[in-house]
Amino acid sequence: MIIRSATPRKLADLGVKIMSSLAALLGIAILAWILYEVIKRGSASLNWSFFTRLPTPPGLRGGGVANAILGTSMITLLATLAGVPTGLLAGVYLAEFGQSTRLGAAVRFTSNVMMGIPSIIVGLFAYTLLVLPWHHFSGFAGAAALAIIMLPIVARTTEDMLRLVPNALRESALALGSPRWKATLGVVFRAAKTGLITGVLLAIARVSGETAPLLFTALNSPYWPGSLNQPTANLTVTIFNYAMSPYPDWQEIAWGASLLIMIAVLALTVVARFALKEVKK
Amino acid sequence: MSGIYFMVQQVNKAMKPISHQNIQKKADGLFRYLTALCALVVLALMVGIFWALLSNSQLAIRRFGFRFLVSQAWNPVTQEFGAASSIYGTLVSTAIALILAVPLSLAIAIFLVELAPPALGRVAGYGIELLAAIPSIIFGMWGLFVFAPFMADHVQPALNKTLGFLPFFQGPPMGIGMLTAGIILALMILPFISAVARDVFRMVPPVLKESAYGLGSTNWEVTHKVTISYGLRGLLGATFLGLGRAIGETMAVTFVIGNDHTISKSLFAAGNSIASTLANEFAEASEPLYLSALVKLGLVLFVITILIQIVAQLWLKRIGKSLGGGGL
Repeated sequence: MIIRSATPRKLADLGVKIMSSLAALLGIAILAWILYEVIKRGSASLNWSFFTRLPTPPGLRGGGVANAILGTSMITLLATLAGVPTGLLAGVYLAEFGQSTRLGAAVRFTSNVMMGIPSIIVGLFAYTLLVLPWHHFSGFAGAAALAIIMLPIVARTTEDMLRLVPNALRESALALGSPRWKATLGVVFRAAKTGLITGVLLAIARVSGETAPLLFTALNSPYWPGSLNQPTANLTVTIFNYAMSPYPDWQEIAWGASLLIMIAVLALTVVARFALKEVKK
Repeated sequence: MSGIYFMVQQVNKAMKPISHQNIQKKADGLFRYLTALCALVVLALMVGIFWALLSNSQLAIRRFGFRFLVSQAWNPVTQEFGAASSIYGTLVSTAIALILAVPLSLAIAIFLVELAPPALGRVAGYGIELLAAIPSIIFGMWGLFVFAPFMADHVQPALNKTLGFLPFFQGPPMGIGMLTAGIILALMILPFISAVARDVFRMVPPVLKESAYGLGSTNWEVTHKVTISYGLRGLLGATFLGLGRAIGETMAVTFVIGNDHTISKSLFAAGNSIASTLANEFAEASEPLYLSALVKLGLVLFVITILIQIVAQLWLKRIGKSLGGGGL
C-alpha cells in the first residue's frame, strides 16, 4: 500500500484558497479605486454654479451643466414613459398568456438576445430611423434609443416577477368573477409590485449611464433643452466631450458630471437590489 | 363530462344577452391582444434593427463588398474604407479581456460559494455586483485619467523588462492602447461571468460535494474535480455571455484604445475597435459613403454579437434544463 503524503495536496489547497481570496479582494479593490477617484476628483467641481449655470467656453470659469442635467432627466423620463409600459405589457403576455405559445418562446428568446446587443447598435438604429430622415439630431431619437434598450429588460424581469405570484391568487380573482385584465392589473400586479418596481429601477439605472446611443441621436448642445425636437444636452455625452478635450477646467466638469451620474446609477441599483432581496424572501 | 359541457354551453347562451358580460369578454380579448402586440414590438425591433443596418449600408456594400472585411484602408479623403483594423482590434481586446476575466471570475465565484464565511461572501458578492452597475463612461474616465497613467508608469515598463523579448510587449509605454483597453474590458465583464459561475456552482448537488469531502478530499480537490467539472458547461455559457458583452463595449474602450486605424503587433500600441470607431467618427461622417461604411461596420458588429448571443442563450437554456434548475 502506498501512503501518499498529504502535504502537497494541502499546499495546493492553501494556494488556491489564497488565490481566490486575492481575486475577490482585487474585484472589491477595483470598485473602491474607481469610487475613490470619482468622488475625489468629482466633488471638487460640485458647487452652486455647476447645478445652475450653462456651460461656458473653456477658460471662462464658473460654467455649469444645468442644461445637461435637465436634458438627461427629460430624455430618461421620456424613455421610461415609452419603454416601461410596453415592457410591462410584453412581460404580462410572456407570463400570463404566452407561457407555452410559439410567440411567447420567440419573444422570450429575442428579449434575451436583445439584452446582449451593444447599445451603440441601438443608437445606430435610432439614428437611421429618427435622425437621417429629419436631417437633425433630437432628444426624441435619444429617448427612443434608450426606450428600446429598456424594453427587453423590463419585459423579462416582469415575466420573472409575475411567475413568482402564486397561481391560487389568479384563480381566486377569476373565480370571484373579475375579468382577466382586472385580475392581472389589480391583483397579480399588486402582488408583484415590489418586483416590478425593481425591474423598472434597474432598467432606468441601466440607461441613465448610457452614452453610446446618445452620441448619434441626442448629440449635445450648449443651450437649455427647449424642445426635445432638437439636439439636446445630456450628462453622458458632455462627459465624453469634456473628458476628451484638452482643457483642464472642462475635464474637471467631466469628473463632476461623472460623480453625479455614478451617484444616481448606484443609488438606483442599491435600492432596486434591496427591494429584490425582499421579494426573493 | 359531455353533459356538464352541454350545461355550461346552455348557461353561457343564457348569459349572452347580458351585455355587461359581453363587454368584459371583449375587454379581455382586447387586453390579450394589447399584451401580444407589445410582445411583438420586441420581435419587430429586432428585425427592424437588422433591416435598418442592412439598407443603410447598401452604398458601402455595393462599393466594397467583402473586400471591406479584409482591407486595412481607412481614408475619408480618398473615400476608401476597410474594416480590418477595427475587427482586429475588437477581437484582440476581447481576447485579452477573456484571458484575464475568466480565471479571475472563476476564482471569485469559488471564493464566494466555497470559501468565504456567509457574511463576508454576501458583502464581497455585493461589491462585485456594484462593479457591474458602474456606467461604462465612468470606466472610460477612470481608465483614461487614472488607469492609463498607472499602466504607463508601472505595468508596461515592468512587462517590457520581463517579457520584452515578445513582440506584444515592445514599444513605448504610453498607457493607452490595446492592452489597457483589454484590461478595462476584463474588469467590466468580470461581474457578469462571476455571477453566472456563482449560480452554476450553487446548482451542484451538495451530496456530490459531501461525498467527495467524505473521501478525504481537500477543498480545492472538491472544487476542481466535482464543482468545476459538474458545472463546466455552465461556465462555458458564462464565458460566452462575457464575450458578448466585451465585443460591443463602446465608451470605456473608446477612451483608452487610442483610436488608430493601424494593426500593430505590440499590445502597447494604439488601435481601435468597431465600437470605438463608430463612437469617434460618426459626427465627422458627412459624405454618404463614409456614413454607409460606418453603418456597415455596425452591421458587422451586430451580426457577430447576435451569433454569440444566440449560441449563449441556446447553450444556457440546454444546461438549465439538464441541471433542472431555473437559476440561469
